[in-house]
Amino acid sequence: VLVSVICSPPQNYPLYIRSVPTENELKFHYTVHTSLDVVDEKISAMGKALVDQRELYLGLLYPTEDYKVYGYVTNSKVKFVMVVDSSNTALRDNEIRSMFRKLHNSYTDIMCNPFYNPGDRIQSRAFDNMVNSMMMQVC
Amino acid sequence: MEGLTLSEAEQRYYCDLFSYCDTESTKKVASNGRVLELFRAAQLPNDVVMQIMELCGATRLGYFGRSQFYIALKLVAVAQSGLPLRVESLNTVKDLPLPRFVVSKNEQESRHTALYSSDADNPASYSGVIPPPPGRIQVKKGSVSHDTVQQRTSTDQQESTSPVVSPQQSPPTSPHTWRKHNRHPSGGNNERPLAGPGPFWAPFSEAQPGSSTSSDPIWSGHSPPPHQENWVSFADTPPTSALLAMHPASVQDQTTVRTVASATTTNEIRRQSSSYDDPWKITDEQRQYYVNQFKTIQPDLNGFIPGSAAKEFFTKSKLPILELSHIWELSDFDKDGALTLDEFCAAFHLVVARKNGYDLPEKLPESLMPKLIDLEDSTVIPVISEVGEQTGEVGYSSSPAEAPPSKSPSMPSLNQTWPELNQSSEQWETFSERSSSSQTLTQFDSNIAPADPDTAIVHPVPIRMTPSKIHMQEMELKRTGSDHANPTSPLLVKPPDLPEENKMSSSVKFTPGNTVNGYSSSDSYTSDPEQIGSTVTRQRSHSGTSPDNTAPPPPPPRPHPSHSRSSSLDMNRSFSVTPGQQQAGVVAYPPAVPPRPQPSQGAGPHVHRPVDAEGLIAHTSTSPQQIPEQPNFADFSQFEAFAVSGVNKEEEDEIETHSEVLQVEKPSDSASSLRVAKADGRVEDKAPANVPTSAAKGTTPLAPPPKPIRRRLKSEDELRPEAEEHTQKTGVIAAVLASQPSIPRSVGKDKKAIQASIRRNKETNTVLARLNSELQQQLKDVLEERISLEVQLEQLRPFSHL
Repeated sequence: VLVSVICSPPQNYPLYIRSVPTENELKFHYTVHTSLDVVDEKISAMGKALVDQRELYLGLLYPTEDYKVYGYVTNSKVKFVMVVDSSNTALRDNEIRSMFRKLHNSYTDIMCNPFYNPGDRIQSRAFDNMVNSMMMQVC
Repeated sequence: MEGLTLSEAEQRYYCDLFSYCDTESTKKVASNGRVLELFRAAQLPNDVVMQIMELCGATRLGYFGRSQFYIALKLVAVAQSGLPLRVESLNTVKDLPLPRFVVSKNEQESRHTALYSSDADNPASYSGVIPPPPGRIQVKKGSVSHDTVQQRTSTDQQESTSPVVSPQQSPPTSPHTWRKHNRHPSGGNNERPLAGPGPFWAPFSEAQPGSSTSSDPIWSGHSPPPHQENWVSFADTPPTSALLAMHPASVQDQTTVRTVASATTTNEIRRQSSSYDDPWKITDEQRQYYVNQFKTIQPDLNGFIPGSAAKEFFTKSKLPILELSHIWELSDFDKDGALTLDEFCAAFHLVVARKNGYDLPEKLPESLMPKLIDLEDSTVIPVISEVGEQTGEVGYSSSPAEAPPSKSPSMPSLNQTWPELNQSSEQWETFSERSSSSQTLTQFDSNIAPADPDTAIVHPVPIRMTPSKIHMQEMELKRTGSDHANPTSPLLVKPPDLPEENKMSSSVKFTPGNTVNGYSSSDSYTSDPEQIGSTVTRQRSHSGTSPDNTAPPPPPPRPHPSHSRSSSLDMNRSFSVTPGQQQAGVVAYPPAVPPRPQPSQGAGPHVHRPVDAEGLIAHTSTSPQQIPEQPNFADFSQFEAFAVSGVNKEEEDEIETHSEVLQVEKPSDSASSLRVAKADGRVEDKAPANVPTSAAKGTTPLAPPPKPIRRRLKSEDELRPEAEEHTQKTGVIAAVLASQPSIPRSVGKDKKAIQASIRRNKETNTVLARLNSELQQQLKDVLEERISLEVQLEQLRPFSHL
């Protein structure tokens, strides 16, 4: 299970949400939303680290399931949130970092597109392809 | 209406044309749209068309009546014949060829005219279809073989004609340039796509003549389906059929189906005939058009079009923003938010294609890839023929997702895997340009890095020189014409000092060549005072700085004197001769020298440390050499002290102090014990004394240490040979030093005394100069720290706003 969300400042509304598999998406949405608070908290806490890759480990929310929420913030306060299944132990921190890096790179590519208005939902096919390929690797 | 006499053929032709244009079957008025399309197909400039319309009275009336239509057709023929448009010419011109409404190939034009003129029956068979269509159909096909033409004429007589005409005519409409593009008989489907964009271009590019814009609404209304058909017919079979199926029912559609059916065959035939049927390939005309458009935005063809300008430009195409965004993603290879000429052409071509109904590919087609080489040389892969979506093309190329990531990392490698890394290659092309700065930056950095140890702006190079020089001079001072062995030791000892002296631009002093003690040119580099000064400073620096400073420097000098002695070469020569080994030792010296004065000054300890580190490294490398020479170290140190001390002392004292210092420094190393053992008791005594003094003070310690050392040196001339032997193992400096000993040592002490004083003065000069350079270095470091702190502050600042 893998969910990627990109939230933009200042209201942190999601620009892009993609989850694999696609059921229980609403739950993941809620999870991401709650994790945004933690992200903001961490941002304000550390004043110097610009690009921060943090791990938000929520632990066992329910006895039946557990997942980890990873966060990533760019210099412009664009937040990337990724929810992964804790059962997916193959995922290491480095991999998460690389995934965030790829997300960030693709996001900057989208930003370079003059036809993209910041704040719009991301509808780039290339971006979708990248995210899909990335998530397929994990799952 | 002026009288119009038409030949029978003309009459027939015009009648058919009128019927064709008479979409509403009014028998009276020709549909403006059709008429305009027809005129577009006439391949006449817009102004000519306007003129014709005026002349025939249509503008006056606002519609094309039959007579107006006929007149217009006649005028078209006149214009096509190259004759000036005159009302009189309507009747005066004889034997005027029928107006030709051709879309593309000249062959079809000729063909259709020939057909028309010859085919008297065909018109009859056409139900309101214009005879020329057969030719036009072929024209529409482009480089359709005659067989196909025949085939079409036979099969598509009835319906294919008129519908075919419209599509054919519509493309070459509004933009004149487009028309030209379409007309060109160049083979392949490539042009057809252009035909499509024609009408769209009118609204697209306001730069187009205003006349075309007037007819744009009409044309645009008609153009989409025909264009698509054109595309379809011209394009590969699959898309053709697909698009055909999608077309709404209309006359054109019916015909298009048929035309497509034949088109497919013709396409196949054509494909066989033509080498590359790359729908995505940009023809020369297209490219020229794109280039011109590029120039309107950005005069410099090598420059970039910023994203905002490109956005405005492509927004005119009235494509949905989403599609434009996708086109941008495809075409902006290096994802820099700006379009180069190639990127712009690719984007333009994609817009044109989209306008004509082509679906945008998922990945940039090979032919549209911005390339380093000429676009026409781009590998047009026949695979394209299968893919309307260009997926085939995509097949061999890396996925677009990979393109962005591949941008930065392996740009150079992409160049090799050109076919596979389409986008990356383009990225490589442009990215390399853009990253060149970064590359150059890195190169700079790398250049700076190695420069530090050896070519440090302040001391590296000169330092290298100085040590040996210093040594040589020391040896000169020491020697009274006796053996030259000793010089090696001072030389060895001196290297650490030499760097310091170099910092003081002592190299200059060296070059003049102090002929102390009758040292000849070989000693030119090293003047006794300098040597003394260097050695003194070395002592100071060694003692003053951390223990690690003291230890490393001394050892290196030892080997040098032997080398210098043996080779009797200039310091420069000696250094250049043995770049590798000696440089290692030389490098060792420079680092050692600088630190010394600094700690004594208590200013930039950090400066010392890096230098000391270097010195450590270097010294350790030379330590093996030094260790065996420890016995002679005392002698060398004497020489070094000689050279380093800038105070008025006896040379021997200086030398001794130098040796002491060196010995003290080396004692910190493993070799210390040996040295101490070998050195005279005086030296040892003096060394510690010198060390603390040098450590504590700045220039002052220079004076005391040298003197006693000098004295010792004088008395320890016999040690020189030993030193020489040891130094011979070393490199350049040794050679230089060797040269010194070779100089007559027979000079009396009197001369030595005078020379010693001279040397002392010079040494003080060098010492002061060295101090100055070191202070400058410290200043630089402090400034750098300040800059880094400011940067950190800036970095922290944004977060303060969180």
